[in-house]
Amino acid sequence: MMKNAADPLHKILSAYDPRQENLLPILHAVQDALGYIPPDSVQVIAHALSISHAEVHGVVTFYHHFRTHPTARHHLQVCRAEACRSMGAENLYEHAVRLCGNQANPTGSVTVQATYCLGLCATSPAVLLDDTPYGRVTPDALDTILDQVRGEK
Amino acid sequence: MSLTVYLPCDAASLAVGADQVAAKLMQCAREHAIDLDLIRNGSYGLLWLEPLLEIQTNAGRIAFGPVQADDIESLYQSGVFKTKGSPLQNISSTDLITDIAAIHPLCLGFTHNIPYLQKQQRMTFSRVGLIRPHVLDDYISHQGFKGLSRALSMPPEQIVQTILDSGLRGRGGAAFATGIKWKTALNASASQKYIVCNADEGDSGTFSDRMIMENDPFALIEGMIIAGLTIGATQGYLYVRSEYPQAFKSMEKAIDLAEKAGYLGSSIMGHGYAFRIKLRKAAGSYVCGEETALLESLEGKRGMVRAKPPLPAIKGLFGQPTVVNNVITLVCVPEILSKGALAYQRLGMDQSRGTLPFQLAGNIKRGGLIEVPFGITLRELVFDFGGGTASGRAVKAIQVGGPLGTYIPQEHWNLAMTYENYLAIGATLGHGGIVVHDDTVDMSELARYAMEFCALESCGKCTPCRIGSTRGMEVIDQIRTNRDTDNQTELLRDLCETMKDGSLCAMGSMTPNPVLSALNFYPSDFGQRDA
Repeated sequence: MMKNAADPLHKILSAYDPRQENLLPILHAVQDALGYIPPDSVQVIAHALSISHAEVHGVVTFYHHFRTHPTARHHLQVCRAEACRSMGAENLYEHAVRLCGNQANPTGSVTVQATYCLGLCATSPAVLLDDTPYGRVTPDALDTILDQVRGEK
Repeated sequence: MSLTVYLPCDAASLAVGADQVAAKLMQCAREHAIDLDLIRNGSYGLLWLEPLLEIQTNAGRIAFGPVQADDIESLYQSGVFKTKGSPLQNISSTDLITDIAAIHPLCLGFTHNIPYLQKQQRMTFSRVGLIRPHVLDDYISHQGFKGLSRALSMPPEQIVQTILDSGLRGRGGAAFATGIKWKTALNASASQKYIVCNADEGDSGTFSDRMIMENDPFALIEGMIIAGLTIGATQGYLYVRSEYPQAFKSMEKAIDLAEKAGYLGSSIMGHGYAFRIKLRKAAGSYVCGEETALLESLEGKRGMVRAKPPLPAIKGLFGQPTVVNNVITLVCVPEILSKGALAYQRLGMDQSRGTLPFQLAGNIKRGGLIEVPFGITLRELVFDFGGGTASGRAVKAIQVGGPLGTYIPQEHWNLAMTYENYLAIGATLGHGGIVVHDDTVDMSELARYAMEFCALESCGKCTPCRIGSTRGMEVIDQIRTNRDTDNQTELLRDLCETMKDGSLCAMGSMTPNPVLSALNFYPSDFGQRDA
């Protein structure tokens, strides 16, 4: 893995000043490029920023957005916060998990993740498929949305 | 003559099919050789009507909504896309809505006459919907950069005084006087100061920050520049949620345009004053909306809350004097400077001056953004503006102020909404979010969810928040399964007291708000007799 990950990682690191304030931007860039934060990239990032391995690990694991293992190619965030709950988000979330498996165990090309507010609270329930927002989503509508990407490997 | 059609491009419009409508519209124009100018504007925030399509006429814009791609054909058939002989040319402001609907069932008449919009008093959202979000000329022709021009001719102390006189308080939720915060940072001496804009809008039921960033991004930039100019900060940070990809891209684009046009950089509008903005993406942590956790996050650390004092205005980002303001607070500033403190201060009630962009969400028939002066009632918002529930069932619960806000009991639905009045009943206006639930909701489930959310999002610094939230879930589970209900309820109250008193920030200290209000006002949902 390291051989594949090393090149994009060093390219990313060279694009930022080696200061701790750039840790989140670096982690975002790593995840955008590789799909997750590979465990062996943590030491490399820590070394580049002159901070401890523990510090980088602590940051990676603190934030819900960062993933430490490879996931499916597409990400479906289903909002489970109050405004979406009031319009059936819990059913929708269960439906999504039935279709795609849960986050730890995706069954196909889509990883489902619970999220807490997408700011689409007046057109709830809402989901975000990668960066594309969808509102007023019924379970049937979710089937159609996922049909676009589910066949992909 | 070409036909001008407006269709919004913000996330909420895209989420309900605005791009599909646009594609179908362009296809229709090609097939029928219509000379069509499609303008992607911002959303007015009449969200139940999105996608809201507008057609420009000599007398103003005529609205249609909610328009789906399938409706384009029937709109074409009704003749509204004609530039000559369109039935829209005959509409007058006095026409009844039934006459207007005869043109096409989705026709709503003049946009500015839609009661939901007409009844608002838009200050901070005055441009939203009217302009193209990333066209500087549109911004400037709608009063853009007037506040900044004014600020550039004023000494910092006078700007602070103007903000103090306006009565502006922080719109993020804490409602601290903005002028005092600015004054503290202005008086702090340091070689480097910072402006941090908190755009980590994590409260469910809120989207006003998102709407500004996507629909009027230059207004936020202008507010940040003025704040920097005032306290002597040359560097700003804008911290945007990762759950807002459209808002992030919008700000990225707007900052770039503002730099190229000389509004950001080494000499703001050629006045020799430097100010730059770094855009930062958050990473899905709710507690980072708390200002000190946000500062930690900007420094590249875990979002752990800091103890106050020292106040960020004295010792904030990288230990330097820092003003942390919410998006809406900053967007109020140019307006106050260009129109004068009095124009803002005369609106509102008591110590709650000006307007608040309320956000009506959840199970609501007409959800959207409603900017009105403080003093409106919840009943007016939910029933007059909102039309009750989307499901058509009875309204059972209304939560005001996000996930840490109280469920407001019916006896207070007629209370004038001000910071003071809400504080007096143990509630909060927060960031102005209102979430409506119908009578199918089980309030014990929502109370459990509040604890679950706290457990998920607690930074872990304070024990009552970190452990109390998980314990709270367990206790509510006991109550929900009728085990030892009376003792468990007492335990829950005790736990809430501990969380309230023993937590540094609002995450732990305010999670009891939804829990206890659910328990107190809906006892039968907790297996108890009605009070």
